[in-house]
Amino acid sequence: MSQSAGISLELADAGRAGATEILAEQEKLLRRRRWLLLSPALVAIGVFGIFPLFIIVIYSFLTPGEYAGVNWTFSTDAYVQFLFERDIFDEATLIFNSDYLEIYLRSFLLAVYSTVAALIFGFPAAYFMATRPPETRNLWVFLFTLPFWTNLLIRTYSMLIIIRDEGIVNMVLLWLGVIDRPLVILYTDFAVALGLLYSYLPFMVLPIYASLEKVDFRLVEAGYDLYASRFRVLRRIIVPLAKPGIVAGCILVFIPALGAFITPMLLGGGKNLMIGNLISLQFGGSRNWPFGSAAALILMAFVMIALMFYVRTTTRERRHLHG
Amino acid sequence: MADVAIRRRAQRRLDLRYQPGFSTLAILCLVMLYAPIIVLIVFSFNDNRSVSVWTEFSSDWYVAAFRNEEIRAAAWISLKLAGIATVVSTVIATAAALATTRTRAYRGITAAYLVINQPLVVPEIVTAIATLSFFALLRSEAGIYFGFGNLVLAHTVFCILFAYMPIRARLEDMDLTLEQAAADLYATPWQTFRRITLPLLVPGIAAGAMLAFIVSFDDVIITVFVAGPGETTLPIYIYGAIRRGITPEINAISTVVLAVSVLFVTLFYFISRR
Repeated sequence: MSQSAGISLELADAGRAGATEILAEQEKLLRRRRWLLLSPALVAIGVFGIFPLFIIVIYSFLTPGEYAGVNWTFSTDAYVQFLFERDIFDEATLIFNSDYLEIYLRSFLLAVYSTVAALIFGFPAAYFMATRPPETRNLWVFLFTLPFWTNLLIRTYSMLIIIRDEGIVNMVLLWLGVIDRPLVILYTDFAVALGLLYSYLPFMVLPIYASLEKVDFRLVEAGYDLYASRFRVLRRIIVPLAKPGIVAGCILVFIPALGAFITPMLLGGGKNLMIGNLISLQFGGSRNWPFGSAAALILMAFVMIALMFYVRTTTRERRHLHG
Repeated sequence: MADVAIRRRAQRRLDLRYQPGFSTLAILCLVMLYAPIIVLIVFSFNDNRSVSVWTEFSSDWYVAAFRNEEIRAAAWISLKLAGIATVVSTVIATAAALATTRTRAYRGITAAYLVINQPLVVPEIVTAIATLSFFALLRSEAGIYFGFGNLVLAHTVFCILFAYMPIRARLEDMDLTLEQAAADLYATPWQTFRRITLPLLVPGIAAGAMLAFIVSFDDVIITVFVAGPGETTLPIYIYGAIRRGITPEINAISTVVLAVSVLFVTLFYFISRR
């Protein structure tokens, strides 16, 4: 009796061991299949999307080639050039030059202005969408998403034709008698900020909408029951609940606005350069690839800081939620 | 009139969701987003060289654009490029989506996400000059030059993410019971995939392909830097034309390019809602 029980126990043990072995085997197969499926994407993006970023790190420490490209001699000139220019008569003397710093500062400010403007317009728009009846909500989302998927160059060009001196905006204002001389909008910093707002507004609206859609309006009701005003409900209940969307939206507008290339090119004219144009000039007319690479890396550093800020706020938020 | 206004005000006071001025701002946003595009489209039909003074309806600029050899060549290159990049990136993205959904978190998955999301994080101008530097280096140091292939590779890389997103969303919404049933009925993993998973996934794959096509077809910045001589796509043609001067012909081509995007987004919208 006891013996047979012992045998059956042993058998059961053996069976269990077999099962775990099989499971482990399956797990291994699964893991292998997973990496096999992932490898094309990782290899393609790794080799052609990420590895090139390391190449520009190297390029930024070389000297410019005669026609284009680089000479393989180590130099920190690209970074020095960012802040100083060499005296024409004495190569060793460095003179402080704030031209490039100013381009970075201008780009930073324009990106901040357009992000703030996008938030001011985008938050109410997202709120409007989130409070539509469910049947029509998708249609509104579609309307706000559609411009995002259309060509950025063409959209910027359409902005250019309406804000020109002889464009529709000026014609209407002249006709109304608001102004007696066309307003010069095009080729100003204002035009660039307007263009950036116009280009990236959907990036602000969609993430905010995503978080507002989940808001439980019973909380708002409770707020009103406790005699809160509309503004107080907005400030103390709705905005805090939408915060993850607001942070994501700001990052998603700020990053492309900071690195914008087409908008300042078309709407800023030749004078109002942004970082993107500075980088592109080095790879085009100026033929200084190392300096262009360095400028791109400095831009990347700003982007990284913005992303780190994003990751920190979202993780803090999550920790906050879970106690 | 006054009665209606009073009643509306009373209704608003009761509406929990009402916030003053928000609807106005939302409508203003839509006007801002659409007005310039509508003006552009309207003046592509203008019987005049001006893009701001309306005279009469005409489709001459479309005829002129269609007769233009350069534009026809550019359209062909755009379609070829977007077509190849879409097919390759959608296949890659489907595989990646299968590997990153419906599993427990595993080691390396965060890194995989980070790699896949590269186009969202790195500004396009940086990707453009980095890709240019990479291909220049390949050519000068190793003598490797793919010609048109360079452009195809660059486009494929940034299309992967856009194809990946809808496929992943579709997979996450699919329940596992059908596949489990297939496995219970002794279907091999391949049979299960071929007969169950793949047919269910088709709308997601189609939606992903639409987005990949649009982002490739519309790309300017990366194409400007990577394209070799003679590889002018439609957006690059438009880019060059705008710098030479504003003509209604640009409006006409732009309208066509916009129409392609709108068509694909609308298709995407209906497919992904199925």
